[in-house]
Amino acid sequence: MTYTFDFSVLLPHWEQFAQGCLLTLRLSAISVLVGLAVGLMTVLGKRSSNAALNWIAQSYIELTRNTPFLVQVLFIFFGLPSLGVSLTPNTAAVLALSLNLGAFSAEIIRTGIESVPRGQFEAGAALGLSRFQTFRHIVLKPALRTIYPSLAGQFVMLLLTTSIVSSISAEELTSVAQNIDSLTFRSFEVYIVAAMLYLAMSLLFSTAFKAIDRLFFTYPMK
Amino acid sequence: MIRDFTLADLWLVVQGLWATLALSGVAFAGGGLAGLGVALARTSNIRTLRWGAGVFIDFFQGTPMLLQLFLVFYGLPVFGLKLNVWVAAAIGLTLHAGAYLGEIWRGGIQAVPRGQVEAASALGLPYGVRMRYVVLPQALRMSFAPTVGFLVQLIKGTSLAAIIGFVELSRSGQLLSSVTYKPLLAFGLIAACYFVICFPLSRYSARLERRFAAPA
Repeated sequence: MTYTFDFSVLLPHWEQFAQGCLLTLRLSAISVLVGLAVGLMTVLGKRSSNAALNWIAQSYIELTRNTPFLVQVLFIFFGLPSLGVSLTPNTAAVLALSLNLGAFSAEIIRTGIESVPRGQFEAGAALGLSRFQTFRHIVLKPALRTIYPSLAGQFVMLLLTTSIVSSISAEELTSVAQNIDSLTFRSFEVYIVAAMLYLAMSLLFSTAFKAIDRLFFTYPMK
Repeated sequence: MIRDFTLADLWLVVQGLWATLALSGVAFAGGGLAGLGVALARTSNIRTLRWGAGVFIDFFQGTPMLLQLFLVFYGLPVFGLKLNVWVAAAIGLTLHAGAYLGEIWRGGIQAVPRGQVEAASALGLPYGVRMRYVVLPQALRMSFAPTVGFLVQLIKGTSLAAIIGFVELSRSGQLLSSVTYKPLLAFGLIAACYFVICFPLSRYSARLERRFAAPA
């Protein structure tokens, strides 16, 4: 092997790398919040008695889950302007990521709610609790406990998926890495560093999510 | 030059579709072999092997697939290999699939009741025979649904090869969109192609899952 690694040329760019991590985290955080809201609304749509709403929610879920994220991003960023909806790369990225998470989280949330036995709802009603009270005091926690691990997994997955929005040059770690690559011509080194930063972030979050799981979702539950 | 859709454009899509299927097939086959190795290493009695497989899985599950492709694409020349996007994409996806399938099948292997392994050992079966005839058939059957689920993820994942310049379905879509300037139609068509491949597989996987979830 004749190649000599040279990571020292990247040292002056450490601030850009740090900035890239922050941008990725910000993008992920916004998309998680919006995506969860979309997911909840989709679950409501799927559980409603309105056939049209059901159908829309179901089609949205299936279409999103069975097409690649890259195509979704390109469709939103390049396709929507021809319908008169022009978005900046960053907005398109948030939209695409949220819609993607919305579909995946909807399925997770729905299974969580369905995992609570019917008898629990009926017992709540028999005790004279309102629908909301039943949900709040009886259904919510067990449902959360079921869905939490998968949901946390989806969040970490989303953090990794954000790298794809570099293809529409939204601002995040991978596009920052591409910029540094074009300045230093040290592609291999640049992407090793970027990959390690992603690894650190995803390990950090999966560890934190596991700690939260132990604290809040393990019996005896507070 | 901006022009209308022609038959040649459809041909481009067909070629892209073919490349996507070929790449998925190669990656799934290669990843299956790699995954088997990873799963066996992860469940072996040798500590170093377990640790090595663990690091491999953590790396591939903890970094974006796009970066993995970049690393292979820019890393191959470093190791003196001639650059070819086909090879780079296939290697990257194979390693990725190896890690995920390895983790899925590890779960399967560990879900086989201990008594089965113990009984096989008591009968004097060596490791290879025990795995081949006792553990793996049960483990793979149990992890069949998530394996099909991962295949869907892998097929969607091949789209990222477009970013390193491999012409498959998504790249055809990009080319189509730039020559016809009908991005909505181009990407819509490409999305429909993926949907037609992935939807039946997703359905199949979900049905398998329900069947295995049902009490025997």
